[in-house]
Amino acid sequence: MSDYNFAYLDEQTKRMIRRAILKGLAIPGYQVPFASREMPMPYGWGTGGVQVSAAVLTPDDTLKVIDQGADDTTNAVSIRSFFERTAGVETTTTTQEATVIQTRHRIPEEPLSEDQILVYQVPIPEPLRFLEPRESETRKMHALEEYGLMHVKLYEDIARHGHIATSYAYPVKVEGRYVMDPSPIPKFDNPKLGDMPAIQLFGAGREQRIYALPPYTQVVSLDFQDHTFEASKADQVCGLCGAEDSYLDEVIIDDKGGRLFCCSDTDYCEGRRARGYKGPAFPGSEVAA
Amino acid sequence: MTPLLSVQGVTKHYGAHIGCADVSFDLYPGEVMGIVGESGSGKSTLLNCMAGHLPPDAGQVIFDTRGDGPRDTLTMSEPERRMLGRTDWAFVHQHARDGLRMGVSAGGNVGERLMAVGARHYGDIRERATDWLDRVEIDSDRVDDRPTTFSGGMQQRLQIARNLVTGPRLVFMDEPTGGLDVSVQARLLDLLRGLVRDMGLSAIIVTHDLAVVRLLADRLMVMKSGRVVEAGLTDQVLDDPQHPYSQLLVSSVLQV
Repeated sequence: MSDYNFAYLDEQTKRMIRRAILKGLAIPGYQVPFASREMPMPYGWGTGGVQVSAAVLTPDDTLKVIDQGADDTTNAVSIRSFFERTAGVETTTTTQEATVIQTRHRIPEEPLSEDQILVYQVPIPEPLRFLEPRESETRKMHALEEYGLMHVKLYEDIARHGHIATSYAYPVKVEGRYVMDPSPIPKFDNPKLGDMPAIQLFGAGREQRIYALPPYTQVVSLDFQDHTFEASKADQVCGLCGAEDSYLDEVIIDDKGGRLFCCSDTDYCEGRRARGYKGPAFPGSEVAA
Repeated sequence: MTPLLSVQGVTKHYGAHIGCADVSFDLYPGEVMGIVGESGSGKSTLLNCMAGHLPPDAGQVIFDTRGDGPRDTLTMSEPERRMLGRTDWAFVHQHARDGLRMGVSAGGNVGERLMAVGARHYGDIRERATDWLDRVEIDSDRVDDRPTTFSGGMQQRLQIARNLVTGPRLVFMDEPTGGLDVSVQARLLDLLRGLVRDMGLSAIIVTHDLAVVRLLADRLMVMKSGRVVEAGLTDQVLDDPQHPYSQLLVSSVLQV
Protein backbone atom coordinates (compact mmCIF):
# COMPACT_ATOMS: atom_id res chain seq x y z
CA MET A 1 0.00 0.00 0.00
CA SER A 2 1.16 3.55 -0.66
CA ASP A 3 0.65 6.98 0.82
CA TYR A 4 -2.23 7.64 -1.55
CA ASN A 5 -5.80 7.55 -0.35
CA PHE A 6 -7.39 4.30 -1.58
CA ALA A 7 -7.70 4.49 -5.39
CA TYR A 8 -5.99 7.90 -5.62
CA LEU A 9 -9.09 10.14 -5.29
CA ASP A 10 -10.15 11.52 -1.90
CA GLU A 11 -13.30 10.16 -0.32
CA GLN A 12 -15.45 13.26 -0.99
CA THR A 13 -14.59 13.15 -4.68
CA LYS A 14 -15.44 9.47 -4.92
CA ARG A 15 -18.70 10.18 -3.14
CA MET A 16 -19.53 12.90 -5.67
CA ILE A 17 -18.74 10.56 -8.55
CA ARG A 18 -20.81 7.74 -7.02
CA ARG A 19 -23.78 10.08 -6.79
CA ALA A 20 -23.38 10.89 -10.49
CA ILE A 21 -23.14 7.16 -11.24
CA LEU A 22 -26.30 6.41 -9.25
CA LYS A 23 -28.14 9.15 -11.06
CA GLY A 24 -26.87 7.80 -14.37
CA LEU A 25 -28.11 4.31 -13.48
CA ALA A 26 -31.49 5.71 -12.49
CA ILE A 27 -31.86 7.47 -15.86
CA PRO A 28 -30.24 5.08 -18.36
CA GLY A 29 -28.46 6.91 -21.17
CA TYR A 30 -28.75 10.36 -19.60
CA GLN A 31 -25.47 12.29 -19.41
CA VAL A 32 -24.93 13.37 -15.81
CA PRO A 33 -22.54 16.31 -15.37
CA PHE A 34 -19.89 15.80 -12.68
CA ALA A 35 -16.93 17.77 -11.39
CA SER A 36 -14.17 15.92 -13.19
CA ARG A 37 -10.79 16.11 -11.44
CA GLU A 38 -7.33 16.55 -12.81
CA MET A 39 -5.79 13.10 -13.05
CA PRO A 40 -2.08 12.30 -13.35
CA MET A 41 -2.48 11.51 -17.06
CA PRO A 42 -3.41 13.54 -20.12
CA TYR A 43 -6.97 13.96 -21.34
CA GLY A 44 -7.71 11.34 -23.95
CA TRP A 45 -5.91 8.65 -21.96
CA GLY A 46 -8.96 7.66 -20.00
CA THR A 47 -9.27 10.25 -17.24
CA GLY A 48 -13.04 9.78 -17.14
CA GLY A 49 -12.84 6.00 -17.02
CA VAL A 50 -10.16 6.11 -14.32
CA GLN A 51 -12.27 8.35 -12.10
CA VAL A 52 -15.30 6.10 -12.48
CA SER A 53 -13.16 3.01 -11.79
CA ALA A 54 -11.66 4.70 -8.72
CA ALA A 55 -15.15 5.46 -7.42
CA VAL A 56 -16.44 1.89 -7.80
CA LEU A 57 -13.32 -0.04 -6.75
CA THR A 58 -13.25 -1.79 -3.38
CA PRO A 59 -10.15 -3.42 -1.85
CA ASP A 60 -11.53 -6.89 -2.72
CA ASP A 61 -11.95 -6.12 -6.42
CA THR A 62 -9.90 -7.55 -9.24
CA LEU A 63 -9.22 -5.09 -12.03
CA LYS A 64 -8.75 -5.68 -15.73
CA VAL A 65 -7.91 -2.90 -18.18
CA ILE A 66 -8.49 -3.21 -21.92
CA ASP A 67 -7.07 -0.89 -24.55
CA GLN A 68 -8.58 -1.53 -28.01
CA GLY A 69 -9.18 -5.12 -26.88
CA ALA A 70 -5.60 -5.67 -25.76
CA ASP A 71 -4.26 -6.07 -22.22
CA ASP A 72 -0.64 -5.39 -23.09
CA THR A 73 -0.62 -1.94 -24.69
CA THR A 74 0.51 1.31 -23.08
CA ASN A 75 -2.86 2.53 -21.88
CA ALA A 76 -3.85 -0.80 -20.35
CA VAL A 77 -0.50 -1.41 -18.68
CA SER A 78 -0.20 2.07 -17.22
CA ILE A 79 -3.74 2.23 -15.84
CA ARG A 80 -3.36 -1.23 -14.36
CA SER A 81 -0.14 -0.26 -12.60
CA PHE A 82 -1.73 3.02 -11.52
CA PHE A 83 -4.38 1.16 -9.55
CA GLU A 84 -1.89 -1.43 -8.31
CA ARG A 85 0.06 1.42 -6.74
CA THR A 86 -2.74 3.65 -5.52
CA ALA A 87 -5.34 1.05 -4.51
CA GLY A 88 -3.33 -2.12 -4.05
CA VAL A 89 -6.05 -4.16 -5.78
CA GLU A 90 -5.45 -7.40 -7.59
CA THR A 91 -5.18 -7.07 -11.36
CA THR A 92 -5.74 -9.66 -14.02
CA THR A 93 -5.93 -9.99 -17.76
CA THR A 94 -8.53 -12.75 -17.64
CA THR A 95 -12.03 -11.50 -18.33
CA GLN A 96 -13.87 -13.98 -16.06
CA GLU A 97 -11.64 -13.30 -13.04
CA ALA A 98 -12.11 -9.53 -13.14
CA THR A 99 -14.82 -7.79 -11.13
CA VAL A 100 -14.16 -4.33 -12.53
CA ILE A 101 -13.10 -3.99 -16.17
CA GLN A 102 -12.06 -0.62 -17.53
CA THR A 103 -12.16 -0.58 -21.30
CA ARG A 104 -11.26 1.62 -24.18
CA HIS A 105 -13.01 0.94 -27.52
CA ARG A 106 -14.04 -2.71 -26.98
CA ILE A 107 -16.42 -5.00 -25.12
CA PRO A 108 -14.79 -8.35 -24.21
CA GLU A 109 -15.80 -11.31 -26.37
CA GLU A 110 -16.51 -13.46 -23.29
CA PRO A 111 -20.02 -12.79 -21.99
CA LEU A 112 -19.96 -10.78 -18.75
CA SER A 113 -21.86 -11.69 -15.59
CA GLU A 114 -23.99 -9.91 -13.00
CA ASP A 115 -21.13 -9.45 -10.55
CA GLN A 116 -18.98 -7.51 -12.99
CA ILE A 117 -18.79 -3.79 -13.81
CA LEU A 118 -17.65 -2.57 -17.21
CA VAL A 119 -16.25 0.98 -17.25
CA TYR A 120 -15.86 2.73 -20.61
CA GLN A 121 -13.53 5.59 -21.42
CA VAL A 122 -15.45 8.15 -23.46
CA PRO A 123 -13.84 10.93 -25.50
CA ILE A 124 -16.99 12.79 -26.63
CA PRO A 125 -20.18 11.75 -24.82
CA GLU A 126 -22.56 13.83 -26.94
CA PRO A 127 -23.80 11.84 -29.95
CA LEU A 128 -25.26 14.98 -31.54
CA ARG A 129 -22.09 17.05 -31.16
CA PHE A 130 -20.81 17.03 -34.71
CA LEU A 131 -24.21 18.02 -36.07
CA GLU A 132 -25.13 20.59 -33.44
CA PRO A 133 -22.21 22.39 -31.83
CA ARG A 134 -24.25 24.25 -29.18
CA GLU A 135 -24.39 22.42 -25.84
CA SER A 136 -27.47 24.43 -24.81
CA GLU A 137 -29.24 23.17 -27.92
CA THR A 138 -28.20 19.51 -27.63
CA ARG A 139 -29.36 19.41 -24.02
CA LYS A 140 -32.71 20.76 -25.13
CA MET A 141 -32.87 18.18 -27.88
CA HIS A 142 -32.25 15.38 -25.38
CA ALA A 143 -34.80 16.83 -22.98
CA LEU A 144 -37.47 17.10 -25.66
CA GLU A 145 -36.52 13.85 -27.40
CA GLU A 146 -35.80 15.65 -30.68
CA TYR A 147 -33.58 13.08 -32.30
CA GLY A 148 -34.33 13.65 -35.99
CA LEU A 149 -30.85 15.08 -36.43
CA MET A 150 -29.24 11.75 -35.55
CA HIS A 151 -30.91 10.23 -38.58
CA VAL A 152 -29.64 13.09 -40.75
CA LYS A 153 -26.15 11.78 -40.02
CA LEU A 154 -27.15 8.26 -41.05
CA TYR A 155 -28.94 9.68 -44.12
CA GLU A 156 -25.71 11.42 -45.14
CA ASP A 157 -23.84 8.13 -44.77
CA ILE A 158 -26.19 6.32 -47.11
CA ALA A 159 -26.30 9.22 -49.59
CA ARG A 160 -22.52 9.27 -49.78
CA HIS A 161 -21.54 5.61 -49.41
CA GLY A 162 -24.66 3.66 -50.32
CA HIS A 163 -24.86 2.13 -46.85
CA ILE A 164 -24.51 3.28 -43.24
CA ALA A 165 -20.75 3.70 -43.15
CA THR A 166 -20.51 4.68 -39.48
CA SER A 167 -18.50 1.76 -38.13
CA TYR A 168 -17.73 2.85 -34.59
CA ALA A 169 -19.40 5.08 -31.97
CA TYR A 170 -22.65 4.01 -33.61
CA PRO A 171 -25.56 5.83 -31.91
CA VAL A 172 -28.02 3.80 -29.86
CA LYS A 173 -31.37 4.49 -28.24
CA VAL A 174 -31.66 3.39 -24.62
CA GLU A 175 -34.97 2.07 -23.28
CA GLY A 176 -36.80 3.96 -26.03
CA ARG A 177 -35.76 7.29 -24.57
CA TYR A 178 -32.22 8.71 -24.64
CA VAL A 179 -29.95 8.54 -27.66
CA MET A 180 -26.49 7.64 -26.43
CA ASP A 181 -22.97 7.50 -27.80
CA PRO A 182 -21.65 4.05 -26.83
CA SER A 183 -18.05 5.43 -26.89
CA PRO A 184 -15.92 4.49 -29.88
CA ILE A 185 -16.58 0.73 -29.73
CA PRO A 186 -16.93 -0.92 -33.15
CA LYS A 187 -20.54 -1.36 -34.18
CA PHE A 188 -19.83 -5.11 -34.02
CA ASP A 189 -20.05 -4.69 -30.23
CA ASN A 190 -23.33 -2.74 -30.26
CA PRO A 191 -25.60 -5.81 -29.89
CA LYS A 192 -23.70 -6.74 -26.69
CA LEU A 193 -24.69 -3.43 -25.05
CA GLY A 194 -28.31 -4.46 -24.69
CA ASP A 195 -29.50 -6.99 -22.11
CA MET A 196 -26.04 -7.24 -20.62
CA PRO A 197 -25.99 -8.75 -17.08
CA ALA A 198 -23.07 -6.52 -16.03
CA ILE A 199 -23.38 -2.86 -15.07
CA GLN A 200 -21.98 -0.55 -17.77
CA LEU A 201 -20.61 2.85 -16.74
CA PHE A 202 -19.32 5.52 -19.10
CA GLY A 203 -16.94 8.27 -17.97
CA ALA A 204 -15.83 11.30 -20.01
CA GLY A 205 -13.19 13.23 -18.07
CA ARG A 206 -12.57 16.23 -20.29
CA GLU A 207 -16.26 16.68 -21.08
CA GLN A 208 -17.21 16.03 -17.44
CA ARG A 209 -20.04 13.61 -18.08
CA ILE A 210 -20.98 10.22 -16.66
CA TYR A 211 -23.69 7.98 -18.04
CA ALA A 212 -24.69 4.42 -17.40
CA LEU A 213 -26.59 1.34 -18.51
CA PRO A 214 -28.02 -0.76 -15.67
CA PRO A 215 -28.08 -4.55 -16.18
CA TYR A 216 -30.53 -5.91 -18.74
CA THR A 217 -31.26 -2.55 -20.37
CA GLN A 218 -32.85 -2.38 -23.80
CA VAL A 219 -30.40 -0.80 -26.24
CA VAL A 220 -31.33 -0.37 -29.90
CA SER A 221 -28.97 0.79 -32.65
CA LEU A 222 -30.55 3.50 -34.80
CA ASP A 223 -31.26 2.71 -38.44
CA PHE A 224 -33.68 3.18 -41.33
CA GLN A 225 -36.47 0.78 -42.23
CA ASP A 226 -34.87 0.11 -45.60
CA HIS A 227 -31.24 0.29 -44.39
CA THR A 228 -31.12 -1.74 -41.21
CA PHE A 229 -28.33 -1.90 -38.66
CA GLU A 230 -25.71 -4.55 -39.28
CA ALA A 231 -22.96 -5.52 -36.82
CA SER A 232 -20.01 -5.84 -39.16
CA LYS A 233 -16.48 -7.20 -38.87
CA ALA A 234 -13.68 -8.16 -41.24
CA ASP A 235 -14.73 -11.14 -43.31
CA GLN A 236 -11.86 -13.33 -42.09
CA VAL A 237 -10.96 -15.73 -39.29
CA CYS A 238 -8.39 -14.99 -36.60
CA GLY A 239 -4.95 -15.95 -37.92
CA LEU A 240 -3.76 -16.99 -34.48
CA CYS A 241 -6.68 -18.86 -32.93
CA GLY A 242 -8.99 -19.40 -35.89
CA ALA A 243 -12.01 -17.77 -34.19
CA GLU A 244 -14.78 -16.85 -36.62
CA ASP A 245 -17.01 -14.98 -34.20
CA SER A 246 -14.65 -12.39 -32.73
CA TYR A 247 -13.81 -8.86 -33.82
CA LEU A 248 -10.56 -8.78 -35.80
CA ASP A 249 -7.68 -6.34 -36.05
CA GLU A 250 -5.73 -6.07 -39.27
CA VAL A 251 -2.02 -6.07 -38.51
CA ILE A 252 0.74 -5.29 -41.02
CA ILE A 253 3.49 -7.82 -40.37
CA ASP A 254 6.23 -6.96 -42.88
CA ASP A 255 7.09 -4.40 -45.56
CA LYS A 256 5.99 -6.66 -48.43
CA GLY A 257 2.26 -6.24 -47.96
CA GLY A 258 1.95 -9.13 -45.54
CA ARG A 259 -0.96 -8.83 -43.18
CA LEU A 260 -2.56 -10.77 -40.39
CA PHE A 261 -6.10 -10.68 -39.09
CA CYS A 262 -6.23 -11.53 -35.42
CA CYS A 263 -8.64 -11.18 -32.50
CA SER A 264 -8.62 -7.69 -31.06
CA ASP A 265 -9.51 -9.24 -27.68
CA THR A 266 -6.10 -10.66 -26.68
CA ASP A 267 -7.42 -12.52 -23.64
CA TYR A 268 -10.04 -14.32 -25.73
CA CYS A 269 -7.41 -15.23 -28.33
CA GLU A 270 -4.89 -16.49 -25.79
CA GLY A 271 -7.56 -18.51 -24.04
CA ARG A 272 -8.49 -20.23 -27.26
CA ARG A 273 -4.87 -20.93 -28.18
CA ALA A 274 -4.27 -22.38 -24.70
CA ARG A 275 -7.16 -24.76 -25.38
CA GLY A 276 -5.40 -25.87 -28.55
CA TYR A 277 -7.13 -23.87 -31.29
CA LYS A 278 -4.82 -22.80 -34.09
CA GLY A 279 -5.43 -20.31 -36.86
CA PRO A 280 -4.21 -20.21 -40.47
CA ALA A 281 -1.12 -18.18 -39.50
CA PHE A 282 0.38 -21.40 -38.14
CA PRO A 283 1.33 -23.76 -40.99
CA GLY A 284 -0.20 -27.16 -40.75
CA SER A 285 -3.25 -26.07 -38.75
CA GLU A 286 -6.64 -27.47 -39.71
CA VAL A 287 -7.93 -24.03 -40.85
CA ALA A 288 -5.51 -23.52 -43.70
CA ALA A 289 -4.93 -20.04 -45.09
CA MET B 1 -63.90 32.56 -39.88
CA THR B 2 -61.18 31.98 -37.29
CA PRO B 3 -57.96 33.83 -38.00
CA LEU B 4 -54.99 31.50 -38.45
CA LEU B 5 -52.83 33.85 -36.44
CA SER B 6 -54.07 36.58 -34.18
CA VAL B 7 -51.50 38.98 -32.78
CA GLN B 8 -52.62 41.11 -29.84
CA GLY B 9 -50.62 44.01 -28.44
CA VAL B 10 -47.16 42.49 -28.93
CA THR B 11 -44.54 44.69 -27.29
CA LYS B 12 -40.82 44.18 -26.94
CA HIS B 13 -38.37 46.53 -25.28
CA TYR B 14 -34.61 46.36 -25.44
CA GLY B 15 -33.81 48.10 -22.18
CA ALA B 16 -35.06 51.65 -22.59
CA HIS B 17 -35.40 51.26 -26.35
CA ILE B 18 -38.57 50.13 -28.05
CA GLY B 19 -38.21 47.04 -30.24
CA CYS B 20 -41.84 47.03 -31.27
CA ALA B 21 -44.82 48.41 -29.44
CA ASP B 22 -48.44 47.36 -29.24
CA VAL B 23 -48.73 45.57 -32.57
CA SER B 24 -52.03 43.83 -33.27
CA PHE B 25 -53.41 42.19 -36.40
CA ASP B 26 -55.23 39.10 -37.63
CA LEU B 27 -54.01 36.84 -40.40
CA TYR B 28 -56.57 34.64 -42.13
CA PRO B 29 -55.86 31.29 -43.81
CA GLY B 30 -54.37 31.72 -47.27
CA GLU B 31 -53.50 35.32 -46.69
CA VAL B 32 -50.07 36.87 -47.16
CA MET B 33 -49.17 39.78 -44.93
CA GLY B 34 -46.30 42.10 -45.72
CA ILE B 35 -44.46 44.11 -43.10
CA VAL B 36 -42.37 46.96 -44.47
CA GLY B 37 -40.31 49.68 -42.90
CA GLU B 38 -36.78 50.98 -42.78
CA SER B 39 -33.89 49.33 -40.93
CA GLY B 40 -34.42 49.47 -37.19
CA SER B 41 -38.17 49.96 -37.45
CA GLY B 42 -38.85 46.78 -35.49
CA LYS B 43 -40.00 44.48 -38.30
CA SER B 44 -37.57 41.70 -37.53
CA THR B 45 -38.17 42.02 -33.79
CA LEU B 46 -41.87 41.62 -34.41
CA LEU B 47 -41.32 38.61 -36.66
CA ASN B 48 -39.04 36.93 -34.14
CA CYS B 49 -41.55 37.55 -31.37
CA MET B 50 -44.32 35.95 -33.42
CA ALA B 51 -42.18 32.98 -34.43
CA GLY B 52 -41.19 32.28 -30.84
CA HIS B 53 -37.52 33.15 -31.27
CA LEU B 54 -37.77 36.12 -28.90
CA PRO B 55 -40.01 36.36 -25.84
CA PRO B 56 -42.09 39.56 -26.10
CA ASP B 57 -42.64 41.68 -22.96
CA ALA B 58 -46.39 41.83 -23.46
CA GLY B 59 -49.06 40.62 -25.82
CA GLN B 60 -50.47 37.42 -27.22
CA VAL B 61 -49.76 35.42 -30.37
CA ILE B 62 -52.75 33.15 -30.88
CA PHE B 63 -52.35 30.41 -33.47
CA ASP B 64 -55.20 28.22 -34.69
CA THR B 65 -53.64 24.80 -34.00
CA ARG B 66 -54.79 21.69 -35.86
CA GLY B 67 -55.61 19.79 -32.70
CA ASP B 68 -56.88 22.21 -30.08
CA GLY B 69 -58.02 25.29 -32.00
CA PRO B 70 -56.76 28.80 -31.17
CA ARG B 71 -54.02 28.82 -28.54
CA ASP B 72 -51.58 31.43 -27.30
CA THR B 73 -48.18 30.20 -28.48
CA LEU B 74 -46.37 32.32 -25.91
CA THR B 75 -47.88 30.43 -22.97
CA MET B 76 -47.51 27.06 -24.68
CA SER B 77 -44.93 24.68 -23.29
CA GLU B 78 -41.63 24.70 -25.10
CA PRO B 79 -41.97 21.18 -26.57
CA GLU B 80 -45.31 22.17 -28.10
CA ARG B 81 -43.89 25.36 -29.53
CA ARG B 82 -40.89 23.57 -30.99
CA MET B 83 -43.20 20.95 -32.44
CA LEU B 84 -45.16 23.74 -34.14
CA GLY B 85 -41.84 25.08 -35.44
CA ARG B 86 -41.17 21.73 -37.12
CA THR B 87 -44.63 21.05 -38.48
CA ASP B 88 -47.14 23.86 -39.02
CA TRP B 89 -44.68 26.71 -39.02
CA ALA B 90 -41.73 27.49 -41.21
CA PHE B 91 -39.12 30.21 -40.96
CA VAL B 92 -37.15 31.44 -43.95
CA HIS B 93 -34.07 33.38 -42.90
CA GLN B 94 -32.61 36.27 -44.81
CA HIS B 95 -29.26 34.51 -45.01
CA ALA B 96 -29.67 30.95 -46.23
CA ARG B 97 -26.67 30.00 -44.12
CA ASP B 98 -28.69 30.66 -40.97
CA GLY B 99 -31.45 28.33 -42.05
CA LEU B 100 -29.43 25.54 -43.64
CA ARG B 101 -26.96 23.01 -42.33
CA MET B 102 -23.98 23.82 -44.49
CA GLY B 103 -22.16 20.58 -43.69
CA VAL B 104 -25.07 18.38 -44.76
CA SER B 105 -26.09 17.55 -48.35
CA ALA B 106 -29.08 19.23 -50.01
CA GLY B 107 -31.12 16.03 -49.64
CA GLY B 108 -30.24 15.80 -45.96
CA ASN B 109 -31.23 19.42 -45.45
CA VAL B 110 -34.65 18.87 -46.98
CA GLY B 111 -35.05 15.51 -45.24
CA GLU B 112 -34.22 16.82 -41.79
CA ARG B 113 -37.71 18.10 -41.06
CA LEU B 114 -39.19 14.81 -42.27
CA MET B 115 -36.89 12.85 -40.01
CA ALA B 116 -37.65 15.25 -37.16
CA VAL B 117 -41.31 14.31 -37.36
CA GLY B 118 -40.54 10.60 -37.47
CA ALA B 119 -39.85 9.54 -41.09
CA ARG B 120 -37.57 6.50 -40.93
CA HIS B 121 -37.61 5.16 -44.48
CA TYR B 122 -34.56 6.27 -46.43
CA GLY B 123 -36.11 5.69 -49.86
CA ASP B 124 -39.22 7.74 -49.06
CA ILE B 125 -37.24 10.58 -47.53
CA ARG B 126 -34.97 10.76 -50.52
CA GLU B 127 -37.86 10.65 -52.96
CA ARG B 128 -39.61 13.54 -51.24
CA ALA B 129 -36.38 15.51 -51.01
CA THR B 130 -35.74 15.05 -54.72
CA ASP B 131 -39.32 16.00 -55.49
CA TRP B 132 -38.96 19.21 -53.51
CA LEU B 133 -35.64 20.11 -55.10
CA ASP B 134 -37.45 19.77 -58.38
CA ARG B 135 -40.25 22.07 -57.24
CA VAL B 136 -37.78 24.80 -56.29
CA GLU B 137 -35.98 24.34 -59.60
CA ILE B 138 -32.81 22.72 -58.31
CA ASP B 139 -31.47 19.97 -60.52
CA SER B 140 -32.15 16.63 -58.84
CA ASP B 141 -28.62 15.41 -59.50
CA ARG B 142 -27.44 18.05 -57.03
CA VAL B 143 -29.24 16.19 -54.23
CA ASP B 144 -25.99 14.89 -52.71
CA ASP B 145 -24.08 18.16 -53.03
CA ARG B 146 -23.54 20.39 -50.05
CA PRO B 147 -25.14 23.84 -49.97
CA THR B 148 -21.64 25.36 -49.85
CA THR B 149 -21.34 24.48 -53.54
CA PHE B 150 -24.63 26.26 -54.36
CA SER B 151 -25.05 29.86 -55.51
CA GLY B 152 -26.83 32.34 -53.25
CA GLY B 153 -30.11 32.00 -55.12
CA MET B 154 -29.97 28.21 -55.04
CA GLN B 155 -29.23 28.24 -51.32
CA GLN B 156 -32.26 30.41 -50.74
CA ARG B 157 -34.45 28.08 -52.83
CA LEU B 158 -33.04 25.11 -50.94
CA GLN B 159 -33.94 26.80 -47.68
CA ILE B 160 -37.48 27.26 -48.93
CA ALA B 161 -37.73 23.60 -49.96
CA ARG B 162 -36.43 22.52 -46.57
CA ASN B 163 -39.08 24.61 -44.85
CA LEU B 164 -42.05 23.65 -46.99
CA VAL B 165 -41.44 19.89 -47.14
CA THR B 166 -43.61 19.13 -44.11
CA GLY B 167 -46.51 21.16 -45.54
CA PRO B 168 -46.63 24.02 -43.02
CA ARG B 169 -49.65 26.30 -42.83
CA LEU B 170 -47.81 29.46 -41.82
CA VAL B 171 -44.48 30.69 -43.16
CA PHE B 172 -42.47 33.48 -41.61
CA MET B 173 -40.06 35.10 -44.03
CA ASP B 174 -37.36 37.56 -43.07
CA GLU B 175 -36.16 39.43 -46.15
CA PRO B 176 -36.28 36.31 -48.34
CA THR B 177 -34.83 38.15 -51.33
CA GLY B 178 -32.23 40.20 -49.48
CA GLY B 179 -28.71 39.93 -50.81
CA LEU B 180 -29.73 38.44 -54.16
CA ASP B 181 -29.31 40.18 -57.49
CA VAL B 182 -32.44 41.40 -59.25
CA SER B 183 -32.87 38.67 -61.85
CA VAL B 184 -32.43 35.96 -59.20
CA GLN B 185 -34.86 37.91 -56.96
CA ALA B 186 -37.43 37.92 -59.72
CA ARG B 187 -37.20 34.14 -60.20
CA LEU B 188 -37.37 33.55 -56.47
CA LEU B 189 -40.42 35.78 -56.13
CA ASP B 190 -42.07 34.03 -59.00
CA LEU B 191 -41.39 30.68 -57.37
CA LEU B 192 -42.60 31.86 -53.98
CA ARG B 193 -45.79 33.26 -55.44
CA GLY B 194 -46.48 29.97 -57.18
CA LEU B 195 -45.84 27.93 -54.04
CA VAL B 196 -47.87 30.20 -51.79
CA ARG B 197 -50.85 30.11 -54.14
CA ASP B 198 -50.64 26.37 -54.92
CA MET B 199 -50.30 25.26 -51.33
CA GLY B 200 -52.72 27.86 -49.95
CA LEU B 201 -50.08 28.99 -47.50
CA SER B 202 -50.42 31.87 -45.14
CA ALA B 203 -47.28 33.92 -44.87
CA ILE B 204 -45.85 36.89 -43.06
CA ILE B 205 -43.11 38.56 -45.06
CA VAL B 206 -40.80 41.12 -43.59
CA THR B 207 -38.97 43.20 -46.16
CA HIS B 208 -37.84 46.69 -47.02
CA ASP B 209 -38.36 45.98 -50.69
CA LEU B 210 -41.74 47.32 -51.82
CA ALA B 211 -41.61 45.30 -55.03
CA VAL B 212 -41.66 42.10 -52.98
CA VAL B 213 -44.81 43.02 -51.11
CA ARG B 214 -46.47 44.36 -54.27
CA LEU B 215 -46.02 40.93 -55.85
CA LEU B 216 -46.68 38.67 -52.90
CA ALA B 217 -48.66 40.36 -50.16
CA ASP B 218 -52.43 40.77 -49.91
CA ARG B 219 -52.19 43.13 -47.01
CA LEU B 220 -49.50 45.45 -45.78
CA MET B 221 -48.35 46.99 -42.53
CA VAL B 222 -45.94 49.91 -42.50
CA MET B 223 -43.76 50.17 -39.40
CA LYS B 224 -41.73 53.05 -38.09
CA SER B 225 -39.88 53.29 -34.77
CA GLY B 226 -41.44 50.09 -33.52
CA ARG B 227 -45.04 51.08 -34.22
CA VAL B 228 -47.44 50.31 -37.03
CA VAL B 229 -48.17 53.61 -38.73
CA GLU B 230 -50.37 52.39 -41.53
CA ALA B 231 -52.09 49.15 -42.50
CA GLY B 232 -54.37 48.08 -45.31
CA LEU B 233 -54.64 46.31 -48.63
CA THR B 234 -51.30 46.30 -50.42
CA ASP B 235 -52.41 48.18 -53.51
CA GLN B 236 -54.30 50.69 -51.44
CA VAL B 237 -51.34 51.50 -49.21
CA LEU B 238 -48.84 51.61 -52.04
CA ASP B 239 -50.99 53.63 -54.45
CA ASP B 240 -52.51 56.00 -51.93
CA PRO B 241 -50.28 56.20 -48.85
CA GLN B 242 -51.79 58.31 -46.07
CA HIS B 243 -49.11 58.53 -43.41
CA PRO B 244 -46.17 60.84 -44.18
CA TYR B 245 -43.70 58.04 -43.59
CA SER B 246 -45.52 55.71 -46.01
CA GLN B 247 -45.54 58.49 -48.57
CA LEU B 248 -41.80 58.93 -48.11
CA LEU B 249 -41.25 55.19 -48.40
CA VAL B 250 -43.27 54.89 -51.61
CA SER B 251 -41.71 57.97 -53.19
CA SER B 252 -38.19 56.74 -52.31
CA VAL B 253 -38.42 53.86 -54.77
CA LEU B 254 -36.37 54.57 -57.87
CA GLN B 255 -38.31 54.46 -61.11
CA VAL B 256 -36.21 53.04 -63.90
